[in-house]
Amino acid sequence: MSATTTPTRGPAKPAPYVIAGVLLVIGIIVPLIVPLYARKDPELFGMPFFYWFQILEVFLEAFLLWIIYGIVIREDRRRRGVVRGDRTTDGSEVVR
Amino acid sequence: MSAVTMVPLAAAAGARPIDGVALAVVIVIFVAVAVLGFLAVRWRVKPADRGLKTLDEWGLGGRSFGNWVTWFLLGGDLYTAYTFIAVPAAMYSTGAVSGFFAVPYTIVLYPIVFLLMARLWSVSHRHGYVTPADFVGGRYGSKSLSTAIAVTGIVATMPYIALQLVGIKAVLTVLGLGSGSNVFLQDLPLIIAFVVLAAYTYTAGLRAPAVIAVVKDLLIYIAVIVAIVWLPSHLGGWAGIFDAAETKMAGTNPATGNPVGSVIPGAASFNAYWTLALGSAMALFMYPHSITGVLSTKSRNTIRRNAVVLPLYSLMLGFLALLGYMAIKAGTNPVDLNGKVNPQLVVPQLFLDNFPSWFAGVALAAIAVGALVPAAIMSIAASNLFTRNIYKDLIKPGATPEQEAKVSKLTSLIVKFGALIFVLLMDQSAAINMQLLGGIWILQTFPAIVAGLYTRWFHRLALLIGWAAGIVYGTIAAYNVVNPVTHAHFGGSISPFPFTSVPVYIAVSAFVINAIVSVVLTIVFRAAKVRDGIDKTTESDYGADEDDPKVAAIAADDRWVKPTPDAPVV
Repeated sequence: MSATTTPTRGPAKPAPYVIAGVLLVIGIIVPLIVPLYARKDPELFGMPFFYWFQILEVFLEAFLLWIIYGIVIREDRRRRGVVRGDRTTDGSEVVR
Repeated sequence: MSAVTMVPLAAAAGARPIDGVALAVVIVIFVAVAVLGFLAVRWRVKPADRGLKTLDEWGLGGRSFGNWVTWFLLGGDLYTAYTFIAVPAAMYSTGAVSGFFAVPYTIVLYPIVFLLMARLWSVSHRHGYVTPADFVGGRYGSKSLSTAIAVTGIVATMPYIALQLVGIKAVLTVLGLGSGSNVFLQDLPLIIAFVVLAAYTYTAGLRAPAVIAVVKDLLIYIAVIVAIVWLPSHLGGWAGIFDAAETKMAGTNPATGNPVGSVIPGAASFNAYWTLALGSAMALFMYPHSITGVLSTKSRNTIRRNAVVLPLYSLMLGFLALLGYMAIKAGTNPVDLNGKVNPQLVVPQLFLDNFPSWFAGVALAAIAVGALVPAAIMSIAASNLFTRNIYKDLIKPGATPEQEAKVSKLTSLIVKFGALIFVLLMDQSAAINMQLLGGIWILQTFPAIVAGLYTRWFHRLALLIGWAAGIVYGTIAAYNVVNPVTHAHFGGSISPFPFTSVPVYIAVSAFVINAIVSVVLTIVFRAAKVRDGIDKTTESDYGADEDDPKVAAIAADDRWVKPTPDAPVV
């Protein structure tokens, strides 16, 4: 079946995936370092650090994923453009 | 204690007054949701697909859900009613370690989802896979491996559905229902709720929970926001709430002589805390109902966009967990029908005690409806697994798409009634134990599914043996955890990591064993040149998007092109 081996995307540039990968690892590791936040002070509105920091992390994680999404999707569009022939290989036209 | 022996006690000791207003609100919302569920059969259905005669239509909602629907659907699917009941209950009973880990769990969840699920979506889209076991079967060319994945998924999902019923039951108990002296009357509201759920899931498939999820999520957000804004000031501020929790947790548990729990985990429980979070996060998207949600989306990146915005639910869960501490401060007394304290009633009771009846009704309905959405999706996912990977793979290979849909619909009824009988006839702790084991078991499908998304290096037989090793270790380790008070087995999910004294989540230990066995045996089998299966996927499949052609269409094209001998070969 020749057509199934036709690439759906052009070759990847490593840089965006390396950056996104490092950010993802940070996003997984940091919330799991318990000694980082297992403390009472400083309190916020009477809430121990342990609680408000982890709640704050929800926002930090969403922001981090938003950045990663931007990086990955940009590279993804470029690679698709290469295969479908509507863009140059250097990715200069990113906007569809 | 079995349900039957509880009955005489129930009528005498714990009879509760019925709150008419709250009950009326719950019934009205329940009826509205049921109507929506039945109407969903026509929701976003192309005229040609009326009747939902394929698994893609019935079991995956036409694979057409965009960003918004997916956000509500996955939010409703992953954050189950049992979570709403159990997480604050754990906070109320023993504090942070067994309760608040749910927050880091649902934080680290999303980078994992972001990383893995787009690739799974792409390959499933290309090959028409409906279940994770479909993918494993296609990738490794091994029916024994795909059957193992399917059976694990079904077995892990069943008690999860049962626990949703436990969630509904908590709401009904607090409302004053279920205290009748007759066993049948006692459980009648639960039976009615589930029969109605089964009927609209049968009719409308995944579209029913998708529509209902919107109602559920909005109700839950309203309930939690109001509670979090109003309760702390009513109870004298956050400082007072945490002080009350601190006082309770520092007390001594008479059965063990140890402190009741901890508000801030001590160094001894750090490893338990992070392994619980990581293990649960890795396991969640191995559950069939999560993957059903992913595969119902329209395009490759829908799930990634959702990974960015789904953490909003984790925020809600974090505040919900804190309701457990507020209940301590408020002096909530969650007494069950048998007169004993049941921490699972703590959140419904807190709402009923501290809010006007009508608003308590809204909050209680949110929890009850919150049980219906995941229960529906879980039963659909389990049925799809049965249909595709047991019925079609092992019993009737030539099944047409229409037969598949028929089998799946019927199975969804059987699955739900199985869960209902489970909850009615067996002790509640049996369901909780099974769910605990289910979490350990489902993580053992991680190596086969996730490694398969990136590499074909692993040998199918090595993965199968690794899976078995993880299941066996996890089951034995969980059995050996003995509850210090009741001396019952399956007393918790934490035990020392093998050959050390470090207490960690058993699922993670089992996963490590599974992964090591899989790697070592792959090296051995490759060296011994043991025959491996055929991989039906190609590298390009893992990057495919919605407008790339499906493999079936390409194959049909190929057949058509064949007669011309000089067709260019790419």
